[in-house]
Amino acid sequence: MEGHLNLFIKAVFVENLALAFFLGMCTFLAISKRIETALGLGAAVIVVQIITVPLNNIIFQALLDDGALAWAGLPDVDLRFLGLVCYIGVIAAMVQILEMTLDRFVPALYQALGIFLPLITVNCAILGGTLFMVERRYDFGESIVYGLGTGTGWALALVALAGIREKLKYSDVPEGLQGLGITFITVGLMSLGFMAFSGIQL
Amino acid sequence: MSDTARDVLFDPLVDNNPVTVQILGICSALAVTTSLLPALLMCLALTSVAAFASASVSLIRHQIPNNIRIIVQITIIASLVIVVDQLLKAFAYETSKQLSVFVGLIITNCIVLGRTESYAMKHGVRMSLLDGIGNGLGYSLILILVATTRELLGAGTLMGIPVFRLSTEGGWFYPNGMMLLPPSAFFIIGLLIWLARTWKRAQVEQPDFRIQESVE
Repeated sequence: MEGHLNLFIKAVFVENLALAFFLGMCTFLAISKRIETALGLGAAVIVVQIITVPLNNIIFQALLDDGALAWAGLPDVDLRFLGLVCYIGVIAAMVQILEMTLDRFVPALYQALGIFLPLITVNCAILGGTLFMVERRYDFGESIVYGLGTGTGWALALVALAGIREKLKYSDVPEGLQGLGITFITVGLMSLGFMAFSGIQL
Repeated sequence: MSDTARDVLFDPLVDNNPVTVQILGICSALAVTTSLLPALLMCLALTSVAAFASASVSLIRHQIPNNIRIIVQITIIASLVIVVDQLLKAFAYETSKQLSVFVGLIITNCIVLGRTESYAMKHGVRMSLLDGIGNGLGYSLILILVATTRELLGAGTLMGIPVFRLSTEGGWFYPNGMMLLPPSAFFIIGLLIWLARTWKRAQVEQPDFRIQESVE
């Protein structure tokens, strides 16, 4: 249990996907102009991350890993090279299913998330979470915690940046730095702040 | 014809750079730039994936049904990335360890999908290939600039070869540790965008509104 809590804290703060690994930057910079939309996208990312990371973990352990097909009588087969195609397929399919389920059963939430859901397929943070999970060989329990942690961390960074950018509107920024330029500098400063968390262990 | 081919190839370098103007593919652009060698390999990987993905998508663009085009494109890109990943593991194992998950993340790199979706679906094979190469080069330009700055100022070396003599070895150069940490990548790209927009004023974004100056 303690290990899981530690992993969660690490995924949210110390190894924040957005600020320490630069994942999901495109959406991170594009959808951070208003807090409400940032909250919606953040929630969507957390949900997708909680589902896809453990799902890919099962696929990796049961089908792709070296010797994983032993239960099917094929102990010598190593399908790890197929990983990338499988993971992105799972992510694309999950996003699609999630979209249809929400549309059918929770239309209000579907309306709120609407445009962001399809965008999530190409969000590097989602695929990145899965790839880190595979590279570090988390077991099933850890992968759930890791999915929750990375999603939360990403959403936290996104909402924080949206808050800063809403205030930033009132500042007088040099001409060439307006918009994208100053946003990069802001994210850099946030990243500097998050570095203060490094080394925290529970 | 040669003029447009040149436009397609070189326009993405400065005027329509995928990173600083279109804000695409920043994710991996920042993570692999702590030193020059992995950055160069990453450029090579991305440029070849972008070029071949554009060419392949353009080749079958009349056969792709419109409502599943994204899935088709992603599958093509993912297969190409697997090839690149396996090649890197075979011939540059050490560096491929350093790049860790970021080679795989070329799949979700918006530059590749953005170009196949917005350009290759509508243009011929040859132009799409050039467009892919051009955008790969635009990305590489930014990556190399950032990586050079970070490695030179952060460790005093280039490609692992010492350029500035470090103070610890009796030289004059004190390495700036921050350059090796994530935040510096954001600062350098921010400054690069500032530079590009001072040079090409048309790229300056118009603010949503301006605060009215107080009238006494």
